[in-house]
Amino acid sequence: MTALLEVRGLVKQFPIKTGLFGRPKSFVSAVDGLDFDLHEGETLGLVGESGCGKSTTARLLMHLVDPTAGTIRFEGRTVGSSELPLKDFRRQVQMVFQDSYASLNPRLTVAESVAFGPLVHGVSGDEATSRANSLLARVGLDPARFAGRFTHELSGGQRQRVNIARALALQPRVLILDEAVSALDKSVEAQVLNLLLDLKEEFRLTYLFISHDLEVVRFMATRVLVMYLGRVAELGLTESLYTGSRHPYTTALLGSLLSMDPDHRAESAPISGDPPNPIDPPAGCRFHTRCTYAEAVCSARIPVLTPLGEGHSVSCHMSEPGSGHARAPGRAA
Amino acid sequence: MSAILAGEPAPVPIVRSPGYWVTVLRRFSRDPFAVIAALVVLGLIAMAVFAPWLAPQDPLQGMSLRRLRPPGSEGYPLGTDELGRDMLSRLIYGARISLFMGIVPVFAALVVGATIGIVAGYVGGWTNTVLMRTMDVFFAFPSVLLAVALAGALGPGILNSMLALTLVFVPPIARVAESVTTGVRTRDYVEAAKASGAGAFIIIRKQVLGNVLGPIFVYAMSLIAVCMILASGLSFLGLGVKPPMPDWGLMLNTLRTAIYTQPLLCALPGLMIFITSISFNLMTDGLRSAMDIKA
Amino acid sequence: MFTYAAKRILMTLPIMIGVSLVCFLLVHLAPGDPLISVLPPDASQSIKDQLMVLYGFDRPYYEQFLRWLVRAVQGDLGTSIRTGRPVAGEIFKAVGNTLMIATLATFIGFVLGTFFGFVAGYFRGTWLDKGASAAAVFGVSVPHYWLGMILVIVFSVHLGWLPPTGAGPGGSEDWRWNWVHIQHLILPAVTMSVIPMGIIARTVRALVAEILSQEFIAGLRAKGLPEFGVFRHVVKNVAPTSLAVMGIQLGYLLGGSILIETVFSWPGTGLLLNDAIFQRDLPLLQGTILVLAMFFVALNLAVDVFQSALDPRIQRA
Repeated sequence: MTALLEVRGLVKQFPIKTGLFGRPKSFVSAVDGLDFDLHEGETLGLVGESGCGKSTTARLLMHLVDPTAGTIRFEGRTVGSSELPLKDFRRQVQMVFQDSYASLNPRLTVAESVAFGPLVHGVSGDEATSRANSLLARVGLDPARFAGRFTHELSGGQRQRVNIARALALQPRVLILDEAVSALDKSVEAQVLNLLLDLKEEFRLTYLFISHDLEVVRFMATRVLVMYLGRVAELGLTESLYTGSRHPYTTALLGSLLSMDPDHRAESAPISGDPPNPIDPPAGCRFHTRCTYAEAVCSARIPVLTPLGEGHSVSCHMSEPGSGHARAPGRAA
Repeated sequence: MSAILAGEPAPVPIVRSPGYWVTVLRRFSRDPFAVIAALVVLGLIAMAVFAPWLAPQDPLQGMSLRRLRPPGSEGYPLGTDELGRDMLSRLIYGARISLFMGIVPVFAALVVGATIGIVAGYVGGWTNTVLMRTMDVFFAFPSVLLAVALAGALGPGILNSMLALTLVFVPPIARVAESVTTGVRTRDYVEAAKASGAGAFIIIRKQVLGNVLGPIFVYAMSLIAVCMILASGLSFLGLGVKPPMPDWGLMLNTLRTAIYTQPLLCALPGLMIFITSISFNLMTDGLRSAMDIKA
Repeated sequence: MFTYAAKRILMTLPIMIGVSLVCFLLVHLAPGDPLISVLPPDASQSIKDQLMVLYGFDRPYYEQFLRWLVRAVQGDLGTSIRTGRPVAGEIFKAVGNTLMIATLATFIGFVLGTFFGFVAGYFRGTWLDKGASAAAVFGVSVPHYWLGMILVIVFSVHLGWLPPTGAGPGGSEDWRWNWVHIQHLILPAVTMSVIPMGIIARTVRALVAEILSQEFIAGLRAKGLPEFGVFRHVVKNVAPTSLAVMGIQLGYLLGGSILIETVFSWPGTGLLLNDAIFQRDLPLLQGTILVLAMFFVALNLAVDVFQSALDPRIQRA
């Protein structure tokens, strides 16, 4: 499978201003060394707790913020360079935001919001409007009734459909869905998810699906990437990850899912403690403060993302050969 | 490639929601005070425009023999001033200059201040800091002091005081513009517009201005009353309009000498200023409430 | 809190320098001969030249500015061209007079404004609200110099109760704390108080209405707290902002007293400013504007620090 997006060593630091002239005294590393590929035609799920850097990653991929370090390549060309100017890149990768209300301009009608993108890229007014109308129809909103409405006259689900239509207006190849269904009621969520699946098939899109809801991700994604404090914890095909997770964090996350089976009751919370302060992250493996298997080496060295075969990788000393961890493979018994 | 354009263009939408300003107008019309105030303002503007047809006599011609006649005198419904000129005519003509000096500086300040504020708010960073700190320096002066100092420095005259007043009102408008624009800039829909590949100019024009100009405009309108009072105050001090032009503030100055003999004459020009000011204030209050749609 | 205060003071320094620069530019970029008030028009060129050197008007602008600034920081604001007396002394005397009416006016305005604001906010939507709000709008819309004249007409001309002008009988400038002198104080102070009254009333009304609509008030009442207890909570929440507004209003009155003082011939900084402008007395003009502006800046700073002391959230912002 061809890699549409290649991310290498992505880092984003935000300064915390406390100096007298605004000189930053310390940094938050929202994203601290991210490596992954997005393959054509797949749905890559991106999961993690709040504050792990998911939304920052989305904005970095969309080039709405500049990375502190690292590269992002689309179809092998560096984004923002002469090979691939930013404006052309924008036509390839689009995003659906989490807050459906805030992401629509309250002064524009629905059709005007959807038509904005094509207008910017030189499409004529009439053409843009008709494109907007047919997209609205495609996402399930009858243009005759909805195109002239304003944001405050729509329900949450309807607004998200508008956002999806808007994202599709530029005919992109990749759609980044940043917690796109998190704020919706369950029944509406199901409808929108099914719509997304239909659209993906019809227009042959590639999705990056960001969510904190593991059940939804399992439903939507073909591959899953688990993030913890700005780094990759685990990455692999959905089923192999959900049934055979190798990172203690992933296991804990999955363990926190409530089972439908009344006989399966969790005895104790699978994970303890709060996520540590991103301003002052733990040394070595970021997770070691909450990990039941932590050993000395975990606080000394950052684990490397180790491939385990069949596209499954994990960054944990327990799976890294020769890391020095008691459970690491390759140690002489 | 995706084939999103399959099918014929969809029909024109049938449902058209009322626009923002129509809603605002409807809400405004439900407040009786605001409506009355607006009518008074329109009346005053009409009076200024149609002054030559409304005023019974020449405001500049007076006869010393007839000076300081009280209101209700024959031929002079509101009396005469210290040079024998008809008060009614002078009050009517006075509306021209007084309204002019109250409204024009505010609008000039609106243009300059809004540009500064919007640019500072949208671009952020160093530009913002430099622009806003400069505004802060002028903000450090109380408005009356600044107006008087500027007018005093430039010298008396209508143009000079209008320039002074414009400079006084640019910083507050710029501040409001900057804060509103900064608020809008961080909104998701602006990010979404950027994500669509739009450049700064297009985003400002199509996405930001519509949300930003409303509040800035209303704020500027609320300054008109203050500007009028300040402008008349400058004329009252002798720094604005020069005699023999009819201006309510100047009339207050020249009629002061008659405060013991004909107090009612003294009071009339100020009454006009008061009526104008309170009507503008009530009108803009109503406008602000009407625009506060928690949609 | 002290670090916050220190930081704020540091941040105000560039503004103060900017203010003094604007002050200087305002006065010196004005057209006209700076010596016009002292010299008769037919004075010889050599006398003119001598006086120019004496006052330093022949030096380049930046040099004049720096000299003036350095001396000003030490308290020497130059000599008035017209009277020959030190500027600082004139201003000092005048400031005292202005402060008298300004503080009294602010106090009256605060008391009345808070009263109206609370009435309007508590009885929102009723005719009490309309009445109180009307008072507030009145305060903000009335041209205060005109109001001063009206009060003079009513209380001096018609009723003869209060003197129309001056700070003392016969226009004397010496102040004594006796009834005769206090009579002179009343009209200017009351006239000045309407604007702060209006602004404070509006602010308080909005604050009270907003606080009363918040859920924690409903929670307090549900707990059984008597209405007076709720009232105390409202007062606690309203106090910081309203006191801050009062402080700023004092600054405005200090700086903007010229109109009222002209109406009442009150010997304060406003009247001094008026004289300085019309006599083109540059050192006096510069000094007065500078002192008034600095007062305002200092007051703003004080209000800022005061607010942050009461509301710790501001410090972290």
